[in-house]
Amino acid sequence: MGSVKSIPSPAISADERSHEVDHPSSLVAHFGTEQPLRLDCGVDLSPFQIAYQTYGELNADRSNAVMICHALTGDQHVANVHPVTGKPGWWETLVGPGRPIDPKHYFIICSNVIGGCMGSTGPASINPATGKVWGLDFPVITIPDMVRAQAMLIDRLGIDTLFAVVGGSMGGMQVLQWTAAYPERVYSALAIACATRHSAQNIAFHELGRQAVMADPDWHGGGYADRGIHPHRGLAVARMAAHITYLSDAALHRKFGRRMQDRELPTFSFDADFQVESYLRYQGSSFVERFDANSYLYLTRAMDYFDIAADHGGVLAKAFADIKTRFCVVSFTSDWLFPTSESRALVHALNASSARVSFAEIETDRGHDAFLLDVPEFFDISRAFLQSAGKARGLNLEDR
Amino acid sequence: MSVQEVLPLNGVATAPSGDYRADHRLVAEMVKPGSKVLDVGCGDGDLLQLLETRGIDGRGIELSREGVNRCVAKGLAVVQGDADTDLVNYPDDAFDYVILSQTLQATRQPKVVLENLLRIGRRAIVSFPNFGFWKMRLQLLIGGHMPRTENLPATWYDTANIHFCTIKDFVQLCDEINVKMERSVALDLYGRPVPLNLPWWVWNMFGEQAVFLLSRGGRK
Repeated sequence: MGSVKSIPSPAISADERSHEVDHPSSLVAHFGTEQPLRLDCGVDLSPFQIAYQTYGELNADRSNAVMICHALTGDQHVANVHPVTGKPGWWETLVGPGRPIDPKHYFIICSNVIGGCMGSTGPASINPATGKVWGLDFPVITIPDMVRAQAMLIDRLGIDTLFAVVGGSMGGMQVLQWTAAYPERVYSALAIACATRHSAQNIAFHELGRQAVMADPDWHGGGYADRGIHPHRGLAVARMAAHITYLSDAALHRKFGRRMQDRELPTFSFDADFQVESYLRYQGSSFVERFDANSYLYLTRAMDYFDIAADHGGVLAKAFADIKTRFCVVSFTSDWLFPTSESRALVHALNASSARVSFAEIETDRGHDAFLLDVPEFFDISRAFLQSAGKARGLNLEDR
Repeated sequence: MSVQEVLPLNGVATAPSGDYRADHRLVAEMVKPGSKVLDVGCGDGDLLQLLETRGIDGRGIELSREGVNRCVAKGLAVVQGDADTDLVNYPDDAFDYVILSQTLQATRQPKVVLENLLRIGRRAIVSFPNFGFWKMRLQLLIGGHMPRTENLPATWYDTANIHFCTIKDFVQLCDEINVKMERSVALDLYGRPVPLNLPWWVWNMFGEQAVFLLSRGGRK
């Protein structure tokens, strides 16, 4: 058998990646020891920092702020070139000039979540108590912790009520958490491809990813940073497995089928003969260039723990009792990670709370990833929902 | 309930027409401004838009995904759902009015749906095509085939309308489940109200469709 190419080493060194952790190419809000972040696990995280980007201007009434919540492997660079990868912002289809969330009309905020690795305090940050990278000494964080930190950020920015909170997947979980924890601070909520709790299947997939990271000998019980290395093989496998769950059978078949990669015949080896293999390997190796392995463990854990109903006596509707927030819930037909049934359960709970809710299921074969892709029907709905809410809020959404 | 107690709504014929359907205008006239309304089977959201122009807080349920998405793209608060299965998720007294516009005949269990309407809403407004309309009768009597009209063009084998009734049937159902009829109007083929001084059987003969404003009855 010929040589077997495994996942290539990342082109960007661990040093380059960790530079963004400590010195992000973003705005940074520092919170000193007088303002600890109260975590659900019982720990007060202090000091800590939040890295964030803003687009557009806050109006005089401070009523046009839109918080974008990023998904598991996203970050604050929603609508600008990414400082590490050089790629366009991850949600430029939805956010940007001429887009449904236009900086001409809104003051757009997107922050890196607590536990992340793009400048907000997380396991890749330096623990001020030891002078070393936190690693697994970092406390376990939850979705409510992420949102609590975001609330502290908007306090710092002098914003009382957000006009809208918008997010998909883990970002959608944060949107729902915002409405459950701070209903009076959220005028409208756009929750996309998400759920009020993480399903057993999704926890199972996350556990698979975590075990792949931990099985990499370079992980060193989470202490790889002190050794100047990164478990990129394990993290890449985790990303490959997760990436499959973001797509669909139909989308994979349409995109790759059984087509071969740069060859006519099978090589009778374990090389990436099929295009789909090559694609997944690329997804894995490009991911590890910008993401920290421990951060991946913490953020997947946060999603696993998420269950809004459990925080409200097991009755989901209680989480949204008498809520005034205007909701728009969107799901995609081929999303099997956060299927429409999850959105429907949310909508039923919102109906039971007499909340003002719109719910649209969009037909696409592109799976969970559809929320990040060019899906015109989704943009039309997002635009109309925000315009209608903006009108009710008295925002000036005319061209200016 | 006797026929005479069912009084048609006044002033409907003078309502501004615009581009809205006659039955929609009639329904909108029955809703007090400032109310909270659920439109079950809201289609493309035309009625909800009309209600919003009158300062009414409107919500909708629609079965077809295309209809829902068109509504949401108009900025309306509409969810995808089924009148037969999803009304149970709404709490009692959640709305001032629940509207079922041209949908009753397409539900699997009209009686259960009607009961749910008046549980969720303090009042219900129901409009439906009248199968007792003379054209319907004539087609069955003379033509010997299932009736089809301008407003109900589908054939018997592909129609979504599985539970047709006449005005008389509907009044009997309301009586049976102790529903009070506060107002009722029959519209002729051109959307004009059938004159209220005519006897009940004329309504059932010349009303192409009917609109009823209902509330919970007092009888135990």
